[in-house]
Amino acid sequence: MSANVELQNVWVKFGPFVAARDINVNIKGGEFFSFLGPSGCGKTTLLRCVSGFLEPSEGTVSIGGQDMGGIGPNKRPTALIFQNLALFPLMTVWENITFALEVRGAGKAERRKRADELLELIALPGQGDKMCSELSGGQRQRVAIARALCAEPKVLLLDEPLSALDLKLRQHMRSELRAIQQQVGITFIYITHDQGEALTMSDHVAVMSDGVIEQVGDGNTLYNNPATAFAASFVGENNPFEGRVEAVDGDYAVVDTGSGRLRARLHSGAEPLRAGDKSIVFVRPEALKIVDGDAAQWDNTVEGHVMKEEFEGSLWHVTLSGYGGAPIRMSVINERQSLGHAAGDSLSVGFRADMAVALPHGPMAAE
Amino acid sequence: MKGIQAFFNKNGLVLSLFLLGAVGIWILLLIILPQLFMLDFSFRYNLPPAEIGGPMDVYTVENYRYMIFGSVNNPDAFNVVDVTVFLRTIAAAVFVTLFDLAMCYPIAYYLAHEARGGFGRLMVLSLIVPFWVNEILRAFAFRILFGSTGVINNFMLWAGLTDQPIDFIREDIAMYAGLGYAYILLMVFPLYNAVESLDRNQIEAARDMGASWWRIHWRVIIPYAKPGITSGCTMVFMLSAGALAAPQILGGPSSLWFTQIIYQWFNTGGNWPRGSAYAVILLGACIVFVLLMMKVFKVRLGEIAR
Repeated sequence: MSANVELQNVWVKFGPFVAARDINVNIKGGEFFSFLGPSGCGKTTLLRCVSGFLEPSEGTVSIGGQDMGGIGPNKRPTALIFQNLALFPLMTVWENITFALEVRGAGKAERRKRADELLELIALPGQGDKMCSELSGGQRQRVAIARALCAEPKVLLLDEPLSALDLKLRQHMRSELRAIQQQVGITFIYITHDQGEALTMSDHVAVMSDGVIEQVGDGNTLYNNPATAFAASFVGENNPFEGRVEAVDGDYAVVDTGSGRLRARLHSGAEPLRAGDKSIVFVRPEALKIVDGDAAQWDNTVEGHVMKEEFEGSLWHVTLSGYGGAPIRMSVINERQSLGHAAGDSLSVGFRADMAVALPHGPMAAE
Repeated sequence: MKGIQAFFNKNGLVLSLFLLGAVGIWILLLIILPQLFMLDFSFRYNLPPAEIGGPMDVYTVENYRYMIFGSVNNPDAFNVVDVTVFLRTIAAAVFVTLFDLAMCYPIAYYLAHEARGGFGRLMVLSLIVPFWVNEILRAFAFRILFGSTGVINNFMLWAGLTDQPIDFIREDIAMYAGLGYAYILLMVFPLYNAVESLDRNQIEAARDMGASWWRIHWRVIIPYAKPGITSGCTMVFMLSAGALAAPQILGGPSSLWFTQIIYQWFNTGGNWPRGSAYAVILLGACIVFVLLMMKVFKVRLGEIAR
């Protein structure tokens, strides 16, 4: 049983501070949806609106087509997994897991049976009589998931639940969470500031900044077709070149930047750019190639001085100092060539116009 | 031995000696020794000074026997007056304790999890400030408040709630109110400390899983606050069972508090051994109560001191 979640024109204000402005999202039933953004962008606020701990100042939250206004968190078909898990320290593992059943007045035999089933699901069979403090971080994590699933929610809400784990465990839990989601088939709404988590686990991701949703899409769309300057700079690495639009022809624009005239694709969904508008051209590090021979065969070329070259096995990471000293990062696939540039060498790099995107000027993500 | 050496190394010679000396004097000289003397007293006859140390000065359980069975000429099966007063004192102290617990738990919860900024501080301040006033003065203030021409009676007469003044003093209502009020802080603060350290997310998690407010308190907050509840209850119980000023000033003419009997034996009765025996019985009852509380709430002594 899953349900779709719809946020319509949701505003959340705390006094003069606006935590979420005019949020419109439709999350399909049974999908793994993430809100991705830096801390303080309002993603936890939205999660609290869905779970019912917060009423939006304006707008509606509906779950399964039903307006949730005025319905408390204990009456909503959602279950929330807290950042610090919030397991009950004075209850055993099985009592923790079946708390939702206890609330509904289920008998002890029924609760034990359900606890055993869920312990099986989270691969912790026979651990029901332990106290939570006797479990490891990853095991506690799974107990929190089982406790939430026991409530048989239609929507599971996860508030950065992996942030307390070490890197290796975090990567392992990603695939485990995804597997559990596919097994139980309910809607997962996941909050994170870690783009790796968001992109690998989710069907769709909403990128947020300053209380606004910048873009919603799957991982591929976000990476290859960012719609705003923030989304382009927050998801993955990107090289920005700021300037003014000189001309627009069809799906392409020519932007006059400090590094020269650059021709780049326009984003179809973004507000249309016209000649004279301020714009930023974004190019991914892997789209940049070292110009070798005839520069005229490239749509765009940019000059810079080598700052450093780092070898990472499959890739070389080369950092150039471009116009005004701004770093230009490029990655070069290791084909057993030796790059061997000395620091300070001048280098010309080129890229195709369809590998770059010209977006309206706007705030970028902090490094 | 190693622990002591580490203690000296950590704090240095002077500070270590001071700490050990101060705590040692506090416990040994001011608490244990007087209690031992009291215990010794309680097993002796009340002799005139000339006979102390003489052949008559032997150990006896006479004072304890007296407390339970009364004088040898007592026609009843047991010492009706003293035993009744003792039991009534214990029961009244239990009542005061429960009353304080019921009143302070919501206050402590509110202060810990709901009150924001200035209002919470104002509430704490208004709890503390009345205790700057001397205990005797507060008791007399209550007497004025609850007297037959006091504020409460005047208001009730004016509002038509009663047609003649209620004798709050004779009904012991003034005394319960005075005792309950006197130890409120000793209940609020242990409860507050315990409830405050509870992670708010646990309350929200329980709520998210459908729990009613009643169940959240019963299953999550109260179990967590048990050490604080035990600590507050034992303190309020002990102090109200051992209170003297409030029962003296606010108690009705016909109702004695057990401490008043002890006081009478020491003072007007001039029988220190018997007073000591009564005091030891009260102390014993209090210790039994604490152990009982710890047993019932499954709390260890270390947790109470948290």
